[in-house]
Amino acid sequence: MQPNFGTNVFGFPILSLITYLPLAGAIFILFVNKEKVKFIKYFAFGVALVDFLISVPLWFAFDRTTWHFQFVERFSWIKALGVEYYFGVDGISLLLFLLTTFLTAIAVLSSFNYIKERDKEYYIAMLVLETGMLGVFAALDLFLFYVFWEVMLVPMYFLIGIWGYERRLYAAIKFFLYTLFGSLFMLIAIISMYFLYHHTTGEWSFNYVKWLTYMHIPGGFQFWLFLAFFLGFAIKVPLFPFHTWLPDAHVEAPTAGSVILAGVLLKMGTYGFVRFSLPLFPEATRYFIPFIALLSIIAIIYGALCALAQEDMKKLVAYSSVSHMGLVMLAMFALNPMGIQGSVLQMLNHGVSTGALFLIVGIIYERRHTRLIREFGGLSKVVPVFATFFMITMLSSIGLPGLNGFIGEFTCLAGVFKYNWRYAAFAVTGVILGAAYMLWLYQRTMFGRITNPKNIGIADMNLREWFYMTPLVITFIWIGIYPKPIFNIMKVTVDHLVEQVNPTYFNQKAQHEARLKKALLNPTKSGDFAGTPSPLKVSEREKIHGLD
Amino acid sequence: MSVTVPMPNLSLIVPEALMVVLACGLLMVDLFIPRDRKRVVGYLALAGVIVVGLVTATYWGKLAHPATTFSGTFVLDRFALFFKEVFLFTTAITILISLKYLEIERVSLGEYYALMLFCTLGMMVMVSGADLIVIYLGIETMALSVYVLAGFMKFDNKCTEAALKYFLLGVFISGFLLYGIALIYAATGSTQLDKIAAVIQGRELSDDPLLILSMFMLATGFGLEIAMAPFHFWAPDVYEGAPTPITAFISVAPKAAAFAALVRVFYHGIQLLEPHWQVLLWVVCAVTMTIGNVTALLQKNVKRMLAYSSVAHAGYLLLGVLAANQVGIQGIAFYFFAYAFMNMGAFGLVIYLRRENIVGDDIDDFKGLAQTHPLLAVVMVVFLLSLAGIPPTAGFVGKFLLFAAAIKAGFYWLVAIAALNSVVALFYYFRIAKAMYMQNPEPLPQLSPGKGLVLALVVVGVFTLFFGIYPQPLMSLAKDTAHTFMMFLS
Repeated sequence: MQPNFGTNVFGFPILSLITYLPLAGAIFILFVNKEKVKFIKYFAFGVALVDFLISVPLWFAFDRTTWHFQFVERFSWIKALGVEYYFGVDGISLLLFLLTTFLTAIAVLSSFNYIKERDKEYYIAMLVLETGMLGVFAALDLFLFYVFWEVMLVPMYFLIGIWGYERRLYAAIKFFLYTLFGSLFMLIAIISMYFLYHHTTGEWSFNYVKWLTYMHIPGGFQFWLFLAFFLGFAIKVPLFPFHTWLPDAHVEAPTAGSVILAGVLLKMGTYGFVRFSLPLFPEATRYFIPFIALLSIIAIIYGALCALAQEDMKKLVAYSSVSHMGLVMLAMFALNPMGIQGSVLQMLNHGVSTGALFLIVGIIYERRHTRLIREFGGLSKVVPVFATFFMITMLSSIGLPGLNGFIGEFTCLAGVFKYNWRYAAFAVTGVILGAAYMLWLYQRTMFGRITNPKNIGIADMNLREWFYMTPLVITFIWIGIYPKPIFNIMKVTVDHLVEQVNPTYFNQKAQHEARLKKALLNPTKSGDFAGTPSPLKVSEREKIHGLD
Repeated sequence: MSVTVPMPNLSLIVPEALMVVLACGLLMVDLFIPRDRKRVVGYLALAGVIVVGLVTATYWGKLAHPATTFSGTFVLDRFALFFKEVFLFTTAITILISLKYLEIERVSLGEYYALMLFCTLGMMVMVSGADLIVIYLGIETMALSVYVLAGFMKFDNKCTEAALKYFLLGVFISGFLLYGIALIYAATGSTQLDKIAAVIQGRELSDDPLLILSMFMLATGFGLEIAMAPFHFWAPDVYEGAPTPITAFISVAPKAAAFAALVRVFYHGIQLLEPHWQVLLWVVCAVTMTIGNVTALLQKNVKRMLAYSSVAHAGYLLLGVLAANQVGIQGIAFYFFAYAFMNMGAFGLVIYLRRENIVGDDIDDFKGLAQTHPLLAVVMVVFLLSLAGIPPTAGFVGKFLLFAAAIKAGFYWLVAIAALNSVVALFYYFRIAKAMYMQNPEPLPQLSPGKGLVLALVVVGVFTLFFGIYPQPLMSLAKDTAHTFMMFLS
């Protein structure tokens, strides 16, 4: 089998252009006088917006009929090690790539009022961060991937540490150390595979496609490699019990930092699993399903219960992330097309919904300088527009039909159900608890009478806030009503992934379909009464049920 | 009976010869330069070092195979050349960062530069030594100059203490090395690495207790020089007390020289004792990394912190020695250049902060630097990232190679320990970043750096980033250095 490295219909390195444009913008800002705050703000937003706009054509140019990588750039980078500069996206990474450009533009716009000091450094950090994140989603050489994976930590460290709240220093270094700890073990695994690849083929390479094509990793070794990658990614997701950095980082980060953290950074963990762990270590992946399912279910329920107990709005949203990401993980490890599609869609949903929730909390914080739930109450009378936006965002997060969360959660749960209905039963409790803590939060802050006089005179949303909330709400409704384009983009990629990681899935499915068809065509053969829905034996029916 | 002494091939020692001429010449010239213009001596030394560096570089193409002279006691191969360039580069940067510092400390004397060149000469001989005696001679030449340099500010108590400590340490090094050499001579009848290796193989001496004892002696001698645990106690005191440019210098160059000599002796001379030295180095490597990093956590003085961090870096480098494969040598070679960039840079920053009455080596002196000197803070972050081994810096690539070498050799647990250590290291390195970016500046006198220092910082800063993003050129050179040892390596 020859490796197919993919194609590039544009003929020029569009992914690199999108990735490095923010970096170029950051370097430009470096030379602008720091007194020109207004110019820096608008320039940074301009760069982020242009970056989003030039990433939109990717959506239209993407060939939905192939799982091969597209918009590929590939050339030798460090010859002595066989490292390549290899960029490309498939149906899964394209969606996350676009999510990143979309959310960064919104995050930059949302910072205009919030950031009051050292604006120049702030916007530089934001733009460098964007470059790092985009690189993670586009890189297909594991050395390159690792470089972006680590580089991105640095600006995030500064974002939390400089512009965060009271305990920012602690949160910033905790975030950095936790993530670095995981990723170093991933680095060890990457190097081990590098030597294994050389051992098998005699060639030095970190190329992801080559690894997939030529490398067979023995079972016992897969086990260790999976665990090392698991450590790197699970900390990032974060999966219980590696989640303790997350509430700290989220609560202490500035609003836009939280948006990026929840919206994009957590997705890197799940993306890492989808991109690397699943296809590279299929046997280990299947072996570890019960283990991961257990951790995910704990995360779903524990995260939701913690959220229920929070007094700080931001912390509540942070714990809800733990719960939601648990569902993403559980659905992914169902290893069927529906589960993985749901998982990817839910990554996007969580990105926009939780991002929007953090923005909502940020808007109210800018007015009242507190995030404690008990300080509020009855706000819907004072700020009706804000209350409406909050309502839609909250409903999207709890999965109301007609909004994006519903589609994502439904697909995820359906995928999990197909694999094992008991897992799904546990996961559903998370959805129920999710509705509980969110509705309760909304009730306590928005409804009732105004008990705190400080809440009386606060201003409703201004034009700029309208500007960045509206695209998010449109996205909620779009995905909620017509998610087909998104499923279309990832369908072929996800099917191929399932073939790689769970090769028996399609065979079994085809066999059972054939048998079902045969049975339905000859209903009398088994001698049952006419009109019986299915002539199959009970045990066989259950089998099909379990698979399809 | 007439004894014929073959004429040695002198062309191989041209760089060393030039160095001798240069150093002696500087001493002469110094006599004619007035006291307040000693800076000129520094410029001359710098120019000389650059010339020697260029001359040394011309050998690279000619030396596809190692060449020996002086009856096989002096060897010139790409490994030696590479390290000579590391020393010359470090010396050049040290001269640049010394120019103004010496004037602030009021010890601007011409001997300083001459001593530095003698020291470099010693190290250049050391890495070319194919005979234990030559290596020993190199070490002594180097050490004698460094003792004086470490105590150059003779009115400063801490400085004098540092010099004395370094001197006592040096005496121990000599003692251990000489004892080791004597034992090897007793066991094999030679001090020449080739012959030692041949005798060990011929007489099957790989488990000879005398040789194992001498291996311990040599490891202790080199270990003292590279400050590996448990012989690292001198480092923090000496690093703190010595003039900062000299601290920067001894944290890189002598360490590199000792590592190069260690590699040559262990790979070339007593390679067959590998089962023994592997166990020894495994333990030492783990202990060195851990002690260095954990102790660095407790330091408030940046020079002391960097001293402990340099102990930790010696631990990472031992991964490469231990691996005993091509990637390992490549890693050591690459890492030393990267280490020269980032460590010289970090110490350069400390010198930059040297103001009247303020030494600039306390973490608090870095407070708010991002607001008063944003560019300087960014440069420091680059050095810190590189020291912590985070891309895209040369330090990351170096660490990557060392990890790769150890993984290739199957030392998974040791690499795991190194990985944990890297996490610890990040914490203390980023305390400086925290002070610079997240704390407010205190009103302090203006900084007035010399032009040489600024130039040095620009050079090492650019190199740190450039070889992090595009390490290919340096990496392929580093790869070639392993050729000498190919037949000994797994």
